[in-house]
Amino acid sequence: MKMTPKLATLLVLGALVLLAPFLFPSNFYYRVGSLIFVNAIAVTGIVILTGYAGQISLGHAGFAGIGAYACALAPAHFGIHPALAVVLGAAISGLLAWLVGRPILRLKGYYLGVATLGLGILISMMLNNERQLTRGPDGIDVPELGMRALLKGWGLDLTNGQFWYYFCGLCMILGAWLALNLHDSPSGRALRALHGSEIAARTVGVDVARMKLQAFVISAVYASVSGSLLALQNKFITPDVAGFMHSIEMVTMAVLGGVGSVLGAIFGAAILTLLPQVLTIFAEYEQLVLGLVMMLVMIFLREGLLPSILRKLRRKGE
Amino acid sequence: MSELLQFLFSGVTVGAVYALVALGFTIIYNASDVVNFAQGEFVMLGGMITWFAHQAGIPLPVAAFLAISITAAIGVAMNKLAIEPARGAPIVSLIIITIGASIFLQGAAQLVFDKQIHDFPAFSGDAPIRVGGATILPQSLWVIGGALAVFVGLWIFFTRTLLGRAVLATSNNRLAAQLVGINTNFVMTLSFALSAGIGALAGVLATPITLTAYNVGIAFALKGFAGAMLGGMGNPKGALVGGFLIGLIEALTAGYLSSQYKDAAAFVVILLVLFVRPQGLFGRKSTDRV
Repeated sequence: MKMTPKLATLLVLGALVLLAPFLFPSNFYYRVGSLIFVNAIAVTGIVILTGYAGQISLGHAGFAGIGAYACALAPAHFGIHPALAVVLGAAISGLLAWLVGRPILRLKGYYLGVATLGLGILISMMLNNERQLTRGPDGIDVPELGMRALLKGWGLDLTNGQFWYYFCGLCMILGAWLALNLHDSPSGRALRALHGSEIAARTVGVDVARMKLQAFVISAVYASVSGSLLALQNKFITPDVAGFMHSIEMVTMAVLGGVGSVLGAIFGAAILTLLPQVLTIFAEYEQLVLGLVMMLVMIFLREGLLPSILRKLRRKGE
Repeated sequence: MSELLQFLFSGVTVGAVYALVALGFTIIYNASDVVNFAQGEFVMLGGMITWFAHQAGIPLPVAAFLAISITAAIGVAMNKLAIEPARGAPIVSLIIITIGASIFLQGAAQLVFDKQIHDFPAFSGDAPIRVGGATILPQSLWVIGGALAVFVGLWIFFTRTLLGRAVLATSNNRLAAQLVGINTNFVMTLSFALSAGIGALAGVLATPITLTAYNVGIAFALKGFAGAMLGGMGNPKGALVGGFLIGLIEALTAGYLSSQYKDAAAFVVILLVLFVRPQGLFGRKSTDRV
């Protein structure tokens, strides 16, 4: 069988998810791993929006907030299963993205950035202020997903940390697979074409507005699922999940690793998720380091870390 | 009626701060086509450095002067170290660079100063002035006066001085400006210094009313940007009017609708402006060349 880049990416991801636990010094790292995967899912959505279609969003944490609060609120108010709440959250996020996407995506560059930023801030403001529903900034409990008990019934006994590690890992690979399929599909080609030049894409018959909207909706669903998974594994969520800093983190992770490739962006998610864990002794310096990393990577490694490293390696190989 | 007047006073006061931030945005945007998301940090630095110097025993006017000079120098450093090396980078990269600079400056402020909320005494006392049933603080007059003075100063600078015209020429067409002998790198340096200095001035003037802390910058940046965009990006008159309007809309929302959602007002305005009139109130409609 010929090794396509798509297959290679999926194999690398699968191998990493399965092999990493052998290197874990303690069970705490299952938790770190599942946080990486949760971020990786959101960041894969950013790859579709920014890497493929060339559109920026500084408000995607808003959709993560919708996904997270759907898992907290829908089971309590409508009595549906938390797993269905993930779907409901994704549907609401997708619908909202579809509704606001058409006018917003007419904008370009800074204007698009600020419009999406405004959208994200409005969502996080609602989560903070509608106390009778969301209990405000103190956060709210999220019900148990119940899948671990189900697996135990089938004879697969995992600790909580292990379950979420493998489950989020699986979701991440699934998300990466979908994104890679999209990349090679006619839609993906259309997105990449309009990234290059909207006018050129239009002249060859690409429905630019519709394609951009599609990318926006898909990436919103990714962010929403990521927020849901975060809420379900923490069994608790605060409005910070929808905050401005979370939106910035998503974009930074993607751009840091390489927004043009799924693997690169996931690499970026891993680094930025690990950084605060490694830097706990330097907690005071966290912001300083994060800001510095953002600037340095954008100035010196514009394509992101992974593509730049790969290019260096390839050159050495020749 | 006096209630409305009171809301208007507080709106004009915060609006003046937003107008100063918006003017700062405009200067950098015109000179370099970069929207500087770190603009709010200049306001923070202005307030924090003044507080720091003042509590170290330096008289307030000297402390304020120091704060404005140091912030201007930081603005220049930011241009040299982060913006110039990234010339020609895609907008996404520039957005992340300036947001990175903003987070970096916040982190630095936490380390150099602290995480507490600070203020320093108002310039002309705290006795409110009664006007038509409402009151206004003397410091508010300082803020409003400061915004208007900066605007007039900039207007004179850009239209009456050779250097100011050089900046305008550079913002119109960098290459053509270079060809007629304008040192465009110097123009960039000057723009960042001016913009950072104006931001710091806003921080110095507003801190006795709004207080300051290492993390106040983002909110100022977003509201100031909202003002600049409402007025029309790159248009100083638009920035002034837009900043004041955002302040007024915010104060009226807080007064009549909901104080919780007062911060939402700016963004609702932004979204409406972007959909209905993307070029802003004073901007000209632009067309893309292929």
